[in-house]
Amino acid sequence: MGDKNNARVLDKDGIKRVLKRIAHEIAEQNRGPEEVAVIGIKSRGAFLAERVAKDLGTIKKTEIPVGAIDITLYRDDLTEIAEQPVVHGTEIEFDITGKHIVLVDDVLFTGRTVRCALDELIDFGRPAQIQLAVLVDRGHRELPIRPDYIGKNVPTSTKECVEVRLEETDGVEEVVVTNEKKI
Amino acid sequence: MKRRSKTSAARAQWTKKHLLGIEDLTKEEILLILDQAEGFREIIERAIPKVPALRGKTIVNLFCEPSTRTRTSFELAAKRLSADTVNIAMAASSFQKGETLKDTVRNIEAMKIDMVIIRHSSAGVPKFLSGCTKAAIVNAGDGAHEHPTQALLDVFTMRKHLGRIEGLNVSIIGDIAHSRVARSNIWALKKLGANVTVSGPKTMMPARMEEMGVRVVYDIGAAIKGADVLNVLRIQLERQETPLFPGTREYVKCFGIDKERLAKHAKKDVLIMHPGPINRGVELSQDAADGEYSVILDQVKNGVAVRMAVLFLLSVSK
Repeated sequence: MGDKNNARVLDKDGIKRVLKRIAHEIAEQNRGPEEVAVIGIKSRGAFLAERVAKDLGTIKKTEIPVGAIDITLYRDDLTEIAEQPVVHGTEIEFDITGKHIVLVDDVLFTGRTVRCALDELIDFGRPAQIQLAVLVDRGHRELPIRPDYIGKNVPTSTKECVEVRLEETDGVEEVVVTNEKKI
Repeated sequence: MKRRSKTSAARAQWTKKHLLGIEDLTKEEILLILDQAEGFREIIERAIPKVPALRGKTIVNLFCEPSTRTRTSFELAAKRLSADTVNIAMAASSFQKGETLKDTVRNIEAMKIDMVIIRHSSAGVPKFLSGCTKAAIVNAGDGAHEHPTQALLDVFTMRKHLGRIEGLNVSIIGDIAHSRVARSNIWALKKLGANVTVSGPKTMMPARMEEMGVRVVYDIGAAIKGADVLNVLRIQLERQETPLFPGTREYVKCFGIDKERLAKHAKKDVLIMHPGPINRGVELSQDAADGEYSVILDQVKNGVAVRMAVLFLLSVSK
């Protein structure tokens, strides 16, 4: 993968397919009477969460609560990042205590974003369980964090960049691996 | 990184180290603070209203003038961002022993602090301090000059209730001459495109007020008529060396806002605002202060969110 300049690893149908599969896996893992809710990490994870919650709702024949979390204020590198951070606000309109929460993000890389999201979630209540679903796992973890549901494993080098483009944010649906590292 | 590449392109960057006044902010910078404050408002509603964004930062509240709301609001804003706060009140400090303000600040700075929030009865003190310390300075009110965070929370509250600032008719009523709130509000509202009217007794109206781009009327009915917002100021008896009006009763009669006056002149959905503390029965009657269009307590709540946004932006300033 690393020697290609712009490799598309998922297209529109691919994204749709893997999200549906993830929804089925979530349903399989959470078969009991427990309440499941889906929370996406802003910004792209939030759109993915909505789609997964919709698919999951169809499978379980019930409405799945869905929320979005903005992890900006929980970052461990707030003062060091080159670009100025922008706070978007977290939207969780239901009580997470006692629920099985499925956290959704687009790309799992170092695991630091997920660490932020875990810390923030716990400030909202005490879920019975937190599970992690990602569209792409690109490796290179820096923290002991492991996803429960993976859309696609994409082995990468640290020099590469994985870009998830969604209809809502970018006008197209695809996942590409590029060589140039974005600043 | 991936997540932030799109949204921030169109935004203004925050580059200022201090917040000294609204006069030196651009429209984009004001909007940036308001937009960020939206994100922070949600935090103060949480079960645990605290985020770790300013962990390890130390913020000093240096208040050389009495204050309940502003000091509490800044302190809560800092605490909700996980900063450590230190409060210095003038009466219990070495000012009483004759230490100069500059020495006080440089001594506090030597203990490693990141930000000083200053309120002082002399205009220009925050600006002066910003030149003699490395810490960031936030103006929490300086004399009759500016009170930037009050103006920001006022426009934030207006925007929240009315959906916009541009084109709004805002009337500021009361002691314009002694009011830093009026001055900061006028700067903010003009920059954001509102139409501003000021009204009050002639003795409390500075000369050449029109040069700030506002309409001056001395008839309270004309000030209320057509206004979307009435920002009613406190009569600051402590700042008047000689009385500027014959008596409280006279003021109430000519400029006090009460139900009858509102019923006669005001738009049906007018917003009533007041920076506090209210002299009940003077500038605002009991029923107007607690009436359905009063958003005074909402202003106080929004104040914490707006100040969180200010502290946050100053700490990530590039």
